[in-house]
Amino acid sequence: MEIPRHWRLKKQRYALVGEVCPHCEAKIFPPRDVCPECSREAKTEFQFSGRGEVYSYTTVYDPPAGYEEQAPYTVALVKLEEGPVITAQLTDLDGQPVQIGMPVEMVTRKLRNDGDERGLIVYGYKFRPRLERQVAN
Amino acid sequence: MNRPIKNSRKLSRDVAIVGAGMSKFGAFPGISSRDLFLDAFQEMRLSVDRGFDPREIEALYIGNFSSDIFEGQGHTAAILADWTGLTPRPATRVEDACASSGVALRQGILAVASGLYDIVLVGGIEKMTDMPTSQVTDALATASDTLYEVPAGFTFPGFYAAMATAYMHAYGASVESFMRVGLKNHENGALNEKAQFGATIRQVMDKKIAGALAKGRPAPQWEDELAFLKDERANPVIAWPMRLFDCSPISDGATALLLVSAEIARNFSEAPLYVVGSGQASDAALHDRDTLTALCSAQLAAREAYQMAGVSARDIKIAEVHDCFTIAEIIATEDLGFFPAGQGYRAAEEGLTSRQGSKPVNTSGGLKSKGHPVGASGAGQVVEVWKQMRGEAGARQVAGTLDLALTHNVGGTGQTSVVHIFERR
Repeated sequence: MEIPRHWRLKKQRYALVGEVCPHCEAKIFPPRDVCPECSREAKTEFQFSGRGEVYSYTTVYDPPAGYEEQAPYTVALVKLEEGPVITAQLTDLDGQPVQIGMPVEMVTRKLRNDGDERGLIVYGYKFRPRLERQVAN
Repeated sequence: MNRPIKNSRKLSRDVAIVGAGMSKFGAFPGISSRDLFLDAFQEMRLSVDRGFDPREIEALYIGNFSSDIFEGQGHTAAILADWTGLTPRPATRVEDACASSGVALRQGILAVASGLYDIVLVGGIEKMTDMPTSQVTDALATASDTLYEVPAGFTFPGFYAAMATAYMHAYGASVESFMRVGLKNHENGALNEKAQFGATIRQVMDKKIAGALAKGRPAPQWEDELAFLKDERANPVIAWPMRLFDCSPISDGATALLLVSAEIARNFSEAPLYVVGSGQASDAALHDRDTLTALCSAQLAAREAYQMAGVSARDIKIAEVHDCFTIAEIIATEDLGFFPAGQGYRAAEEGLTSRQGSKPVNTSGGLKSKGHPVGASGAGQVVEVWKQMRGEAGARQVAGTLDLALTHNVGGTGQTSVVHIFERR
């Protein structure tokens, strides 16, 4: 597990920064400097709200290396409010059943460890059921 | 998303398959990948009706996903050229994940159609069982997006499970629909001596019962095959709703095909298979697609192949499709136009894809039962079609005139799809 590979993605992983296409307005995540909708250059940064809903999901019982402690866990494709779909783990479910269309929001969590190889812990986005917030007056 | 595609593509000249062979698929700790490939090569040689001198082969295209990770060996094609006595012919390794040898076939076809070569060897090889399962899972995960998909904890069963969840939600399919696919493919695989799991689900159940009794334990009781498949202990969930018997296995295996230009095909074979359609397309990661209940790349590859062949889905007599997971077979039968979107699961439940059905699919047992040595699987599909179309499939032979057959090979979750159509004239 190479450290620069993760460090390069800090904006995306920690702050859900993607891009917006200056030509067709498409919101883009992951950012790739080219718009997947119109194939033109798109380098304008865009901050996603982190709110979305479950587009599809599965619960993994047979985890890959580095995820054993978490299994079974639910991973999802989350459709962000702004349009793109993002691949992420769901967290803070507390036994709540997951459904397609369930509102969720982004949180930053530990993604995995490297099995004590170098002590590296990878952090990044997960999504939890959206909390109802009291609006302070 | 607009993916421009020419209305119709055609090959510069016709190409035919005149030989096809495969090793047994399975877990073979005692056999190297090179020797497995030699098995496939020798069977291919013997399948050439009028014989040929292997030195006539002008070039090799070898599909292989990851000998680098699985065996610690890169640069595989040149080694296999040496191991088959074909040095110094050009040998090219082709990698498109699980579609590697389907794409290698296409590369071989293009090489012959271009006029550069008349006689080409296409092969596939994967040796996966030397490593523990968790490392195999990690190696396979490199076929998805390791920056944006894998860190979430997704696995390949997980991706297809997410497609299955979306499919169930959209069309009302149940886990039973998926189980029907596994049951059917095990029925077929039980009649294939090359299959990794040459047993029906009933035979698997009987074995478990006999095993329990032999150890003096109470025999497990299941009303029928579906009850067995719904038993969490007998058939554990891997990634809900995909269970163990919804997943293709980890396998070793090799495949080999001999391609020649159509005008010389009869010098080699009494019954060549003419390549009448070839299509290939790519797609983005699963999260960047308009739908989870279809593979756009497979639809595009199929369209290209059908248009080139001048035939439609209803003309196809048999098909080998990429059932790395049971849901994948259901989606494939829709993407290929065999059944309307959302109806593939009903077709599976009604037995339309069985050997006796209107559209037999995966008569070999498919990847599920035959095994899935990933880089060898695409060319392996052609080996089955070769046997069926020539009436050499033994106990699993499909009745009737099989004049048109199709193979559908997918890489990753559909980032690559490649479709071929073969005609027996």
